[in-house]
Amino acid sequence: MQSDQLYQEIILDHYKHPHGRGLREPYDAEAHHVNPTCGDEVTLRVTLKAGSVADVSYEGMGCSISQASASVLHDLLKGATVADSLRRHEAFAELMAGRGQIEPDETVLEDAVAFAGVARYPARVKCALLPWMAYKDALSRAISTEETP
Amino acid sequence: MTALDVESLRKDFPILERTINGKPLVYLDSGNTSQKPRQVIDAVREHYERHNANVARSVHTLGTESTAAYEGAREKIAAFVGAASASEIVFTKNSTEAINLVAHAFTPGADDPRLRLGPGDEIVVTEMEHHSNIVPWQLLARRTGATLRWFGLTDEGRLDLSDIDELINPRTKLVSVVHYSNILGTINPVELLVAKAHAVGALVLLDGSQSVPHVPVDVTALGADFVAFTGHKMLGPTGIGALWARYELLDAMPPFLGGGSMIETVSMTGTTFLPPPARFEAGTPPIAQAIGLGAAVDYLAAVGMDNVVAHEKALTAYALDALGSLPYIRIIGPTSTVDRGATISFTVQDVHPHDVGQILDDEGVQVRVGHHCARPTCVRFGVPATTRASFYLYTTTDEIDALVRGIEQVRKVFA
Repeated sequence: MQSDQLYQEIILDHYKHPHGRGLREPYDAEAHHVNPTCGDEVTLRVTLKAGSVADVSYEGMGCSISQASASVLHDLLKGATVADSLRRHEAFAELMAGRGQIEPDETVLEDAVAFAGVARYPARVKCALLPWMAYKDALSRAISTEETP
Repeated sequence: MTALDVESLRKDFPILERTINGKPLVYLDSGNTSQKPRQVIDAVREHYERHNANVARSVHTLGTESTAAYEGAREKIAAFVGAASASEIVFTKNSTEAINLVAHAFTPGADDPRLRLGPGDEIVVTEMEHHSNIVPWQLLARRTGATLRWFGLTDEGRLDLSDIDELINPRTKLVSVVHYSNILGTINPVELLVAKAHAVGALVLLDGSQSVPHVPVDVTALGADFVAFTGHKMLGPTGIGALWARYELLDAMPPFLGGGSMIETVSMTGTTFLPPPARFEAGTPPIAQAIGLGAAVDYLAAVGMDNVVAHEKALTAYALDALGSLPYIRIIGPTSTVDRGATISFTVQDVHPHDVGQILDDEGVQVRVGHHCARPTCVRFGVPATTRASFYLYTTTDEIDALVRGIEQVRKVFA
């Protein structure tokens, strides 16, 4: 099957059995992102503690790629330092922009390397990026809330 | 008229020989845009190779030929939709532009009382409209203070007409309704809506984007005041569409876009405008595209729209039956062939439409997935999106079989 590269077992596993799904309290900031072309939605909350990401909780509806991406994001960013989470974010965004030409670093991206094949499907890249864009948005709000006395 | 011979007709469409991912192309996205027969492609190429020049302004031979072909296309299209004359056909970019043209004719200070719109006046649409027949009216309501109202839908995907006499009332100035829904496939009761609207003095716009390509449309007999349609869904090129309206109504309407070719005399202090349709065709129009659309209506007329209807009705019955036999399929829209066209939206239980579309693409099957620019309809049926298979005169039952096999494959991967 042609889209075997797209629908890696890891992705299907995360889709069918998502990790860390559900919105949790307390949280520092929330972002709601929508993909206007397909109606996929994700609501994502970030909780920070001492320069680290204490929790990422989320709820959403959408295709296997967007929902599995949120699950992988949760695994990858929960517990990371803020700086580390941004490095991983950057690596993931770079992988998605790479049109399938980039060899992902498994030590940085772990399960997210399974998304390498998605980069070959321009129509699906935005699905994979949806929760990551929401994360970046929520994180910057969380940081600015923290900085406001 | 002999019945439609799909196998020989398919030979006119070069793209149907393509393979996708090593499989024969199964194109089930004609509601989105149709494929083009050789006759249309040739007409566009011949125009550029032999006759290309600007229209309506040249005295030279090429300009004369080009103008004759452009106006000839207008005449063919007028005849195809039953317009009283070619001057009732305004060329636009697409249906969207045609609808916006009409929306901009309504103002609080319009000379013609039919086009006067302000606070207290009402515009009526339906919950099954394409965004292009919702958003221009929301913008118009915002500009003028008028109120936008709409018909709801029944669970079967038909207009809920239970409150028709309340919705269409003496405050109503315009009823703008889709003739043939691009998402549900429903064909709406135009006669009733026109009668009710005209009884209260309201105008009626029909969005014919899906109907003009698929069913015989006689604009004069339908009795609506405006019909918008687009070329690329009816075998023609992209970038060309049309607004039909009765001439006297077009003549009462102010210009839409200003520019060259729509003026009588321009001075620095003011301008007078040409009569319709030129009044509404500012700037160099899509010439080759109009000529291509002329060739497309020649093609459809030669096949015969009654034959197109019969072919698509058989396909629809076949597909409703085949899809209806799969327990995990939910059809969104009418499940019988009565007053419905060859556009079938459905959901596959536990699988997002994007994933359905991706796996179908593996099998060479091209369908549309998403909200089909009709998000309110999706919301009405409680789904974020659907998968939509839409057929045309070149579609075969083998292709519907390929769709069903593809859906079975989808279930294997995701369920």
